[in-house]
Amino acid sequence: MADWKSEVEEVVFPGKICVPYSWTVGSTLSRWYVQLRDDGEIWANRCPSCGTVYVPPKIKCIKCYKDMNDWVKLPGTGTIETFTVVNKERPGLDPKKPPFVYAVIKMDGADTGMVHLIGGVEPEKVKVGMRVAPVLEKERDGHITDIKHFKPIA
Amino acid sequence: MERVAVIGVGQTKYETDKRETFHELVWEVANKALNDAGITVREIDNVVTISSDFWDGRTISTMAVSDTSGGYDKDITTVEGDGTFGVLYGMMRILSGSFGTTMVVAHHKGSESNMAGITNTSFDPLVERKLGLDAITSSALQARRYMTVSGGTEEQFALVSVKNHGNAMRNPFAQLPMDITVEDVMASEMLASPLKKLDCSPVSDGAAAVVLAAERSAKKMTTNKKRVWLNGVGHCTDAYRLGDRDLADTRALKKAAKKAYDMAGVTLDDIDVAEVYDAFSYMEPLWLEGLGFCEDGQGPEQIERGNFTLDSELPVNPSGGRLSANPVQVAGLAGVIECVLQCRGEAGRRQVRGAEVALAHGINGMCGQSHCVWILGK
Repeated sequence: MADWKSEVEEVVFPGKICVPYSWTVGSTLSRWYVQLRDDGEIWANRCPSCGTVYVPPKIKCIKCYKDMNDWVKLPGTGTIETFTVVNKERPGLDPKKPPFVYAVIKMDGADTGMVHLIGGVEPEKVKVGMRVAPVLEKERDGHITDIKHFKPIA
Repeated sequence: MERVAVIGVGQTKYETDKRETFHELVWEVANKALNDAGITVREIDNVVTISSDFWDGRTISTMAVSDTSGGYDKDITTVEGDGTFGVLYGMMRILSGSFGTTMVVAHHKGSESNMAGITNTSFDPLVERKLGLDAITSSALQARRYMTVSGGTEEQFALVSVKNHGNAMRNPFAQLPMDITVEDVMASEMLASPLKKLDCSPVSDGAAAVVLAAERSAKKMTTNKKRVWLNGVGHCTDAYRLGDRDLADTRALKKAAKKAYDMAGVTLDDIDVAEVYDAFSYMEPLWLEGLGFCEDGQGPEQIERGNFTLDSELPVNPSGGRLSANPVQVAGLAGVIECVLQCRGEAGRRQVRGAEVALAHGINGMCGQSHCVWILGK
């Protein structure tokens, strides 16, 4: 099939699909985002059966398949479990200009990790095991980016 | 339980910037698979297509290939996931007793869209999506976690890329046959540390198809030489959110593998060749741990010892793997096809001598959230 281009004009249609959505955030995550936005606090919820503490909170415990109505306030601090320094630009996707750092942060008082940005430090100085704390935006609109990034602490 | 066989296979050459439409690619491979089986489209009872609406830029994307896949006037359905899961659904439809044969066909044109943008949309719009994570950056998080837990190094991961691109030089269907060194991989562009360009699979276009048949139909339709049996399958899913998993823990794959081995009645020693889902170099040793071929944390060291090269006891990814061509969703089906060719003794210059039992592995979801393991045999 490779030779056909020498015989006929090659036609390519550029296209784009733009469809707006309004995603309902639901009772569990709405509560979490309102606490983050209004009080600047990071909360988690705990499985009444196995005690696993999830942050961000979950509707159901993934292991026990139980409702999660037990809420706990976290100190916000945590430890970098893994990270990556993003070097290659991804237009339209990058939350800031590369190089920047994504990490999974094991949150103190919780059993799960949170994926977020690491800031306030040179990317090459970020290490696994580094202790971090959240830096919140002053103007918050109830989204994951109300946390600007996590920064290293002593 | 009745057995199900693969009786015909077909695949395109995998390339970037293919100028055929995805319908044309499906037409090519469906015909190849029918010809390989020595049957006509009239003997196909139902069709399972494997595609993604986001990649195709078209909703209900299965309908767009209903005619070229042979689905016209028949029952046609879709799996939105890796090809290994499409084979699973195709087999289940036969085992239900409703159908004697299934055409399973996958297509992908990665070059028509944007890998980062589309894989970003697999993340929860309520939590992580706005951070801009995609396949490469999330896999980079997994790669570093695996290095932390196993002590594996970037150089050890680079050896996987060297091996698989080298294997691809013997596979006429592969996109990136390359004679490269660890130094080449280490010097390639850093995308998201620790992943460099040559640690990552390419953007690919292509299609693949298999014809499945119930034992009662297969024996009537084909010669023994063409039939390769689906002797075992297992599948299992881990947590959706990256933070809810330990990214170096292969618990879901371990469960899937055990189910497949038990169903097929095989042990690790029986397996002669494996196609393992190496979308990124580090994934091959990680999944080899989950499949049981390495102790936990020993994968990188075993790679360094050369344990999975073409001339080793267990050649892994003789096709060149996903690192040498990664048409998303087609890729796992290409692995199944490679296993069929190996079991038939039709794998040309990459033939593993005496291969009788082959393993194919596919993943769905970011960082291998879900796994499907197949054991095929003569």
